[in-house]
Amino acid sequence: MSAANSAHSVVEPSLSSKRIAGTIVVIYALITLIPLVWIFLTSIKSPPDSISYPPKIVFTPSLEGYCNLFTTRTRQTPDYIASLPAPVGACDEVTRRRNMVIAGPSNFVPRFVNSLVIAFGSTFLAVFLGTLAAYGFSRFKVPLADDLLFFILSTRMMPPIAVAIPIYLMYRELGLSDTALGMILLYTAVNVSLAVWLLKGFIDEIPREYEEAAMIDGYTRLQAFRKVVLPQATTGIAATAIFCLIFAWNEYAFAALLTSGEAQTAPPFIPTIIGEGGQDWPAVAAGTTIFLIPILVFTILLRKQLLRGITFGAVRK
Amino acid sequence: MRAILRIAARIGRRAGPPNFPYPKRPGENLTISPSSIVEKAADATARATPVSVARRVRGLSDRAIAWLFIAPAITLLLAINIFPLLWAVYLSFTNYRANRPNAPVQGVGLGNYQRVLNDPDIWQAMQTTAHFVFWTIVLQTVIGFTLAYLIDRKFRGHAFWTTIILIPMMLSPAVVGNFWRFLYEPQIGLFAYAVSMVSGIPTSDIQMLGNVSLAPWAIIIVDTWMWTPYVMLICLAGLRSIPDYIYEAAEVDRASPWRQFWSITVPMALPFIMLAVLFRGIENFKMFDMVTLLTGGGPGSVTEVASITLKRAAFESWATGRASAFAIILFVAVFGLANIYVKALNKVKQR
Repeated sequence: MSAANSAHSVVEPSLSSKRIAGTIVVIYALITLIPLVWIFLTSIKSPPDSISYPPKIVFTPSLEGYCNLFTTRTRQTPDYIASLPAPVGACDEVTRRRNMVIAGPSNFVPRFVNSLVIAFGSTFLAVFLGTLAAYGFSRFKVPLADDLLFFILSTRMMPPIAVAIPIYLMYRELGLSDTALGMILLYTAVNVSLAVWLLKGFIDEIPREYEEAAMIDGYTRLQAFRKVVLPQATTGIAATAIFCLIFAWNEYAFAALLTSGEAQTAPPFIPTIIGEGGQDWPAVAAGTTIFLIPILVFTILLRKQLLRGITFGAVRK
Repeated sequence: MRAILRIAARIGRRAGPPNFPYPKRPGENLTISPSSIVEKAADATARATPVSVARRVRGLSDRAIAWLFIAPAITLLLAINIFPLLWAVYLSFTNYRANRPNAPVQGVGLGNYQRVLNDPDIWQAMQTTAHFVFWTIVLQTVIGFTLAYLIDRKFRGHAFWTTIILIPMMLSPAVVGNFWRFLYEPQIGLFAYAVSMVSGIPTSDIQMLGNVSLAPWAIIIVDTWMWTPYVMLICLAGLRSIPDYIYEAAEVDRASPWRQFWSITVPMALPFIMLAVLFRGIENFKMFDMVTLLTGGGPGSVTEVASITLKRAAFESWATGRASAFAIILFVAVFGLANIYVKALNKVKQR
């Protein structure tokens, strides 16, 4: 009996129901993409185009947003600008057309670098500590293991602002305020709970027999961990690392309260990009685009592990 | 018939036994499917390394390694999560002000807690938070479950479109929330323009961030846009965990699709839906970044959620002691509500 096309097959929805479902889902997906597409379009608009009414869908692309993102500018008299040597590069030209000259680089690059350093530093530490702890919880009888694991999870339930008050005081005493090291330690602590929970799940799935066989062959426990378990857990470690990276990359509350200059990351910086007469939306959109692209790539890489990551390993596909 | 079996096998493989992250206490059955009980038992026997193996292992003892491995993570959490929390508890009983570090610190007993609990502004903030949490959960659950149900029809290209739908939830709420301010602009923003095109209301009347009655919905819309995929993904896992033979049996009994939906699909996906609601509830109770950048709590204080009130008390009024008391109250509230909820979740799973 061929059930594949039979109308009464229970497990295989009928063709028309599939078509209707598909149409609705695609419409929803396209609508949710509009804000993201709009961010990108705004980033390649000139400032007058970006604030025109009605909103412009067809326009001449401009690099001005990106130029303004990376530079600071000063207004000058037309006479002064006319007296300058010929403009160097597209940004120079665009800026002069608005009766301005480039005064220097903006803070965007240092803030972006801060984001990179803090996100990668904290991810490395969290995954390192998390892997060790997860292996410990997975393979040994730890007294009160369940309570310890629940305690690790519960640290995620605290509102960030509640933690920020004493952290602010503590960092002030220790001289860690507004330093990359302080932010790395803080994000590591927040991420370690996620890392332990996720990695414990991944390591639980590796059969213990592998290590036991290795140990019978003369490996010590540590050697077996390094040479047998770690290679098996690579996928899980990579997925966990990406989740930690995304959290640290996106985090705003701690960054806004505990950093102000030196160690400020991109999320608190981007909203402060202003031009003449308010927010410079093309520049904000340009910064947002550059900031979001890495996450977009990671989301696509991670799609198979996403469910596991967002539920602390509670639901596995 | 073979085709049915093949699809059933495929789905069965995809849906592993769900495993919930809460401590298992004796007498509490936390497993969803009977098969995972068997697995748990097998796991427990496997946990004890055979004596013959243990005897041959050289180097550090297992006990030493276990602590060596676990201690660094626990130490870090104690230093950066627990120690500050205890400090906040201490501060909540004092009149300490962080902007006057040298002023004498006096104990005020329960005074701060009394002031917080009698402060009408704080109750207003709690109400705002409750409104926000309630409506985001309702909208995200309804839309998320519907989407999951539709994606579970497995139309062509469903995997691709699922990935597309997931994108907003991975983005930074602060950075994207900031950009929504631009979309919400009454004259030049795309949102007002689109709404006025559909409804015919003039764009100047669609002041999403400036109007007292619209602003609470402005933050709900952005949160729903961002986090519906989250609920959808968890619901999808729930739907895929329902074995096909149950539907086949229902079909044999001539149960209507409507009946099948309400007596198979919904109850069997319920633990997953409840888990999604738990995670969203905790997250939105703590909501700070998106709302701060979108409305900053305004206009007036109609979108001032608890975290923003807390931030103002701690970092603008510098009433560190009182803010700490409020922080502790919030933490106890989240923790207490989450615990009650998890108990309910376990009851549902036992059925």
